[in-house]
Amino acid sequence: MKKEGKLIFELSRNGRVAYQLPEADVPVQDNLIPQKFLRSEAPELPEISEIDLVRHFTGLSQKNHGVDSGFYPLGSCTMKYNPKVNEDLAVLPGLADIHPYQPEETVQGALQILKETEDFLAEIGGMDRVTLQPAAGAHGELTGLLIIRAYHENRGEKRTKVIVPDSAHGTNPASAAIAGFQVVEVKSNSKGCVDLVHLKEVVNEETAALMLTNPNTLGIFEENISAIAEIVHQAGGLLYYDGANSNAIMGITRPGDMGFDVMHFNLHKTFSTPHGGGGPGAGPVGVKKDLAPFLPYPTVERRADKYCLDYDRPQSIGKVKSFYGNFSVVVKAYSYILSLGGEGLKAVSQNAVLNANYLMMALKDDYLLPHPGVCKHEFVFSGKSFKEYGVKTTDIAKRLLDFGYHPPTIYFPLIVEEALMIEPTETESKETLDEFIEVMKKIAGEAKENPEILQSAPYNTIINRLDDVLAARKPVLRYKKEN
Amino acid sequence: MGQNYIPHTKKDQEEMLQTLGMNSLEELFIDIPDPVKLKRDLKLPLPLTEMDLKKKIQEISKRNVSLDDYTCFLGAGVYDHHVPSVVNHLLSRSEFYTAYTPYQAEISQGTLQAIFEFQTLICQLTELDVANASMYDGATAMTEAALMAVDTNKKKEILVSAAVHPEYREVLRTYSKALGIRVTEVSWQDGVTDLEELEKKVSPETAGVIIQSPNFFGCLEDLAAIEKITHQEGKRLLIACVNPLSLGILSSPGSLGVDIAVGEGQCLGNNLNFGGPGVGFLACTESLKRRLPGRVVGQTVDKEGRRGFVLTLQSREQHIRRAKATSNICSNQALNALAATIYLSYLGKEGIRKLAELCLQKAHYLAKEISKLPGYSLAFNSPFWQEFVVICPNEIEKVNQDLLQEKIVGGYSLAHSYPELGKGWLLAVTEKRSKKEMDNLVKVLGGLR
Repeated sequence: MKKEGKLIFELSRNGRVAYQLPEADVPVQDNLIPQKFLRSEAPELPEISEIDLVRHFTGLSQKNHGVDSGFYPLGSCTMKYNPKVNEDLAVLPGLADIHPYQPEETVQGALQILKETEDFLAEIGGMDRVTLQPAAGAHGELTGLLIIRAYHENRGEKRTKVIVPDSAHGTNPASAAIAGFQVVEVKSNSKGCVDLVHLKEVVNEETAALMLTNPNTLGIFEENISAIAEIVHQAGGLLYYDGANSNAIMGITRPGDMGFDVMHFNLHKTFSTPHGGGGPGAGPVGVKKDLAPFLPYPTVERRADKYCLDYDRPQSIGKVKSFYGNFSVVVKAYSYILSLGGEGLKAVSQNAVLNANYLMMALKDDYLLPHPGVCKHEFVFSGKSFKEYGVKTTDIAKRLLDFGYHPPTIYFPLIVEEALMIEPTETESKETLDEFIEVMKKIAGEAKENPEILQSAPYNTIINRLDDVLAARKPVLRYKKEN
Repeated sequence: MGQNYIPHTKKDQEEMLQTLGMNSLEELFIDIPDPVKLKRDLKLPLPLTEMDLKKKIQEISKRNVSLDDYTCFLGAGVYDHHVPSVVNHLLSRSEFYTAYTPYQAEISQGTLQAIFEFQTLICQLTELDVANASMYDGATAMTEAALMAVDTNKKKEILVSAAVHPEYREVLRTYSKALGIRVTEVSWQDGVTDLEELEKKVSPETAGVIIQSPNFFGCLEDLAAIEKITHQEGKRLLIACVNPLSLGILSSPGSLGVDIAVGEGQCLGNNLNFGGPGVGFLACTESLKRRLPGRVVGQTVDKEGRRGFVLTLQSREQHIRRAKATSNICSNQALNALAATIYLSYLGKEGIRKLAELCLQKAHYLAKEISKLPGYSLAFNSPFWQEFVVICPNEIEKVNQDLLQEKIVGGYSLAHSYPELGKGWLLAVTEKRSKKEMDNLVKVLGGLR
């Protein structure tokens, strides 16, 4: 990893260029635009050479930890290996250099990929139709909730509330609010699952939907899922499946079969497309037949031998994003599904769950496991047993950095004190897990015997813990030239 | 087959299961009630090897017309600019693209600093005070800006020019409907927003006014005049949707008193990608910064005083505020924002001006040449930058079909979104279009009947 470097702006020298642009090959005319529309001075962009540009960004990349750099057991994020062939295929000229408004007959291949991916996801999720338009998981949640809203309204019902478990991803309540619903929280029971008694109390004729992820954020499968579905359905509400945790269940069970009416998929989690440092993702939404009329337009249809875009969807919620979604992300997921097949996707889930249980079993004597039992693709430890030594979960995370690991998700889910959420994924070998176990045990030991080591960690990174309070209190959100 | 990317050997699996006291992988799923278990195989195609996979997808890709092989005059929100080789080479650094959102700052300084640079570049282009780490696309960025206006003013009406990209307005309507926000359109005259109508429609209930410039027709809006109308009373916000490359020569939204500038950054070093992913950007004045949606990166120091970068102002965000967050956005389009960062740094101060000037000159050359053809005319007299509307003598679909025969992808037909412009044809010209290609288009058009 590299030492502290400069900002691109600090490398700028007047008159230095990287760009190569031709001279105008048309007769140049003056005053094409009235003066009042013109900028008096060009924007203050940095002026640098191409090699400096390359070294700058190469240097920045070296200050990052990616899945290719090392183990990344970040719970709920499914940081699996991103196959290289998918990257190559997504930039084929016939897939990357096509315009969304080209005539349909010139993009039949693209429409075929969209349609087949829809079919694959519908089969995996047990849904009837899928839209690929949403750009991310939270965007999918919003889309799904707007579909639910339209469904109820179409039936002449005004349902204003969405129920969300206290263990849910933060996006669930936020999406519900943006979709115009009031959020009602349902408690978890001592096993970490939805408290059925409380659910019955909060469900009523105002319930539009219950949002649930299953396995939930503790990595526990909601064994009462059928009862939950019945309670919600009987009250006239729908069930929304947050697909963030789908890596545990492919080919084993399907949200559609569990009673869910709407779901989103995270192609950037379950289907191996890279996270890109925070995007682009893709959050396709699947629905049961009755909800299909409300999907965003256009849908992709197969008519005779031709694929086409159908804008004639009078009950559609409208568009949630321009064009047809994050197409090149879809291409990567399509490629991934084709390379694994049904059998392979089932093996993905089996091995993801195997790895999680193996880690949990190996570490449960060193870390407090508040919800024991077989876990699915992830599990959550509590760091509260280290409190008496003055060690917080964040200290454990920071100490892990010294050993070259990306730490697990911390302080989530909110229902576990000092949470440490670990998701190894199926693409990690037994050796990788064994090494991680050894380090985690060492850190647990240090926490008790020598807590200062953890409290001032990390030591081996290019920079120490950063002052978050200062960043928020006196925000410096951009570079400004010093005078 | 089908075990691609799973490193375990049979022996590994057996040993691991043994430590769990299990005999088979199935036992890992005993907690899943039998009635919901899938009792058949997923109906998906059989797994493919890398070789076969490549062959299959390459073959599918050839069913598309790639703009590598055709000359493109389509724009309408997505533009065929040259993407310099350095951009994709640097994006291919896997430490960038295989990383998650930079939660652990100590090992994410690369992504964090790149976002900080992106925010700065967007501020430099727009001459506004702060920018966020990016949005899904231009349409959602514009919609989130409208929500900021509603939230700031506690008013429920948004005025939007009918000359704003039709898909952007559709996304705005989708979001607004659920939140009870009234979206009122202001029509256009001679290709630009009708200012008299705008003046009449702004009311004490208006939270914000949305204008695109260059607008969907490519025409430049008089933002200075619109700013006066918008701000004449109350705290109404002016939201401008801008093309970032046009800002190489056009007045910045910040200098014109715009409160929030948004736009699509596909044109900044991103492939066309059939419309996605691109990247949305959102910049605003200092006073609105705590209402920003999405991620924001800030500068700070570590305990030794070294400069570093972190995600900040997180108290606005969904993982802290849950239902009370400013937005539900979680991920952004970091890698596409990185492309924009590299691309803008590549262009630099002089390059962006030169590029914007090239697009301007070329577009005006083509507009002039086409309007010389019998039956063809420019739809509007308003000034434009790189995109313009031509009224064709023939059905646009037919024209575009004929052009395809000549390996030309023609313009966008306005017939659907603007029935009053039934023979309106929106053409875009980037720096990639040579005089030869444009002369050829004019020649082919001249020969059509």
